[in-house]
Amino acid sequence: MVAMTDYAGSKLAWCPGCGNFGILSAVNKALVELNIEPHRVLMVSGIGQAGKLPHYTRCNILNMLHGRTLPAAAGAKIANPELIVIAVGGDGDGYGEGGNHFIHAMRRNHDITYLVHNNQVYGLTKGQASPTSDLGFVTKTTLRGATMPLNPLALAIACDASFVGRGFAGDVEHLANLIKMGITHKGFAFIDVLQPCVIFNRKNTYNWYRERVYKLEEETNYDPSNKAAAFNKAQEWGEQIPIGIIYRKQRPTFEEQLPALDKGPLVKQKIEIGRIEELLDEFL
Amino acid sequence: MSVDINFMVGGEAGQGVQSVGFILAKSFARGGYYVFADQDYESRIRGGHNFFRVRVKDTRVEAIAEPVDILLALNKESIDLHQGELAKGGIILFDGEKIEDISGDGNFFSVPLERLAEEKAGNKLMANTTALGAALGLVGYDFELLDKVLREHFGAGEIGENNIKAAKAGYEYTRENFKRDFDYRLSPISDTKRMLLNGHEAVALGAIAAGCKFMAGYPMTPSTSIMEYMAAKAKDFDLVVLQSEDEIAAINMIIGAGYAGVRAMTATSGSGFCLMVEGLGLAGITETPIVIVDGQRPGPATGLPTRTEQSDLEFALHASHGEFPRAVLAPATIEDAFWLTIKAFNLAEKYQLPVIVLTDQHLASSYSTVGGFDLSNVTIDRGILFSPEEAGEEYKRHRITKSGVSPRAFPGQKGAQVATDADEHDEAGHLIEDAETRTQMVQKRMCKLIDLKKEIAPPQLYGPRKAETILIGWGSTCGAIREAVDILGQEKASVNLLHLSELWPFPAEVVAEALSNARTSCVIENNATGQLAHLIRAETGKEVSGKILKYDGRPFTPAYIVREVKKEGC
Repeated sequence: MVAMTDYAGSKLAWCPGCGNFGILSAVNKALVELNIEPHRVLMVSGIGQAGKLPHYTRCNILNMLHGRTLPAAAGAKIANPELIVIAVGGDGDGYGEGGNHFIHAMRRNHDITYLVHNNQVYGLTKGQASPTSDLGFVTKTTLRGATMPLNPLALAIACDASFVGRGFAGDVEHLANLIKMGITHKGFAFIDVLQPCVIFNRKNTYNWYRERVYKLEEETNYDPSNKAAAFNKAQEWGEQIPIGIIYRKQRPTFEEQLPALDKGPLVKQKIEIGRIEELLDEFL
Repeated sequence: MSVDINFMVGGEAGQGVQSVGFILAKSFARGGYYVFADQDYESRIRGGHNFFRVRVKDTRVEAIAEPVDILLALNKESIDLHQGELAKGGIILFDGEKIEDISGDGNFFSVPLERLAEEKAGNKLMANTTALGAALGLVGYDFELLDKVLREHFGAGEIGENNIKAAKAGYEYTRENFKRDFDYRLSPISDTKRMLLNGHEAVALGAIAAGCKFMAGYPMTPSTSIMEYMAAKAKDFDLVVLQSEDEIAAINMIIGAGYAGVRAMTATSGSGFCLMVEGLGLAGITETPIVIVDGQRPGPATGLPTRTEQSDLEFALHASHGEFPRAVLAPATIEDAFWLTIKAFNLAEKYQLPVIVLTDQHLASSYSTVGGFDLSNVTIDRGILFSPEEAGEEYKRHRITKSGVSPRAFPGQKGAQVATDADEHDEAGHLIEDAETRTQMVQKRMCKLIDLKKEIAPPQLYGPRKAETILIGWGSTCGAIREAVDILGQEKASVNLLHLSELWPFPAEVVAEALSNARTSCVIENNATGQLAHLIRAETGKEVSGKILKYDGRPFTPAYIVREVKKEGC
């Protein structure tokens, strides 16, 4: 059996009270409860405070460039579908720099889990607005207030992402459960995590979230397979903020549609001199 | 008497210029001739002016030539534009019932192409095939060879049959009506089988031969042909070909696959490579093996999208911020494109770094007859791999070793946590800030260049071992410069050629020695600034005395080089 100690990583360098701690606990808890051994896990992360998470747990790590987590995660998954691939980044990383990759990874439905630590602010560069900063959020680069925020959940539903969820870093139990469902989901599982930044975001604090979040699974008549309902739910922000599975739809993954993978993972197919004699003959 | 005949097929996009040119080339290759063919096309799908040149020889040929002996003009514009390139005694074959107001001397021969196609094949759109038949009739070639190639190209069904009828009509018309004295006669000389392929087909074959399993790319002329070829073979050869959302995604995807242990590549052109540069540095610091093909075209920005240039050399050498080792290869011929692509994969894995293969539009879309590839000469070298069973200690992806190369494990192996980072990292792959580790890791990576340099094959000298003047080229210009050296040699000029196809790490000693042996030296490059000359000066301290530079988007011909060498006096 896998234990929490198997996922003990290196010394942490996040600010005390950071929302990232809750997310790290939830990730480790999900992996342990699913009894997944660390060597089977590949975490691909971006740049930002969120990008450091893989170093603080224990697994295979590909710490990427800012915004480029998803293409590398997709490439690694195609190379070896036996890996459990979890991409990790922040809101600037995923929704700003990596926005185009985000859209197309969802469209293709790679079988990976994508966690976005969404604290609505740039932490590593010290407090500038992010694509999800609330309207009017004043920072040193947005002195007259931030412009309209991106709605990542609505965007994901529009792209027909096969799993769209939202968690809260202040509710580890719920978040761990959501991550477990994301990992076991066949296809692209996108989880936006509400993450308080105790240094640079004095608006969206733990208390601000606690007063607003409610769990969708406690709503008896909410059906996450209803796309129109999910789209409406994704618009809720302000007084009421839903967490849980917003949208879910089973559709073929990118990897299972690749004939080359029928013979097993590419990485296990021996690299040998290609049998190209027949191809050469085609040029005669 | 030796054979050396140049055909040119000219017309607008959509008239089948490419098909006619290719079938012509293939028919001669089947008859035992050596063939070199190149394409000139505009960035449009219909209209404009395109041409396809086919040079046929009974000895090895690796370049196009001036002038044109037989021009198949599918429209009037082709006559207007190329009449001046016609050889003395050459012929312009055209449809006099469609093209009027022809002015010129007796070089014209009219064939009612559209009418014959309509009458014999029931489709005037097959006039291009009728022209093909007429051209072969003109030189008295064996129609059976064309018949077979047409059947393969268009299939055995009705379309194939009708194309054969159209070709036959043109062939017979010419045989009956062309009565002039004509020097050009071609009949099959042997049944020697040679491959006829273009440079990017050779790259794609090399990649498959080398065991590349994953290709990600974004369509861009002239590199798209690599992706399309590999996609067509993906199912039968267990490849994954992914058309990504952009070039940034493409390079990061192959970095993910390379990290996971699969041979992976991308192909693009200059401005796509611009987008990949950030990822190139990532491959450098994470020591991830990847192969990037940059099919050069004239820049900057969109430049001349369908033309050729060699202006990315210094870009490929220096792309990305920061410093890290890389290899840069530039195939000289279509045959070379196959072998250097295989070498690129081996170097990438053995030294765990990015390898850039520089081709260009000319090499990419030119066809040449190739004797064949002896697959027993293909080797696969994956470099040092980590075996978890043997290792007692904890795995460190970036372990510091004497050679700088760390044993490579793939994620998923029990007993080896494979960690790497875009940040500077320690041996275990975790990010660091301290000065000492940073210094060690830079040294570790850079010292890989010492052994890598030994892998670089010395550039070959062509022509006399010692000459007054040494010409220096790189990449796809090889064939044209070699032929120019031959011509100059016949004219008793003392000239040889040092041609480079493995450019980085730079073979400085060989180049320096070759330069010392000559009185004058001259680079020949398809760019405006003489990038190889810069590189030679930087790496050898020697100044090349002359530069023959061409940056009009068109490839060199041997005759152009001969004229320029004489003009330069070098």
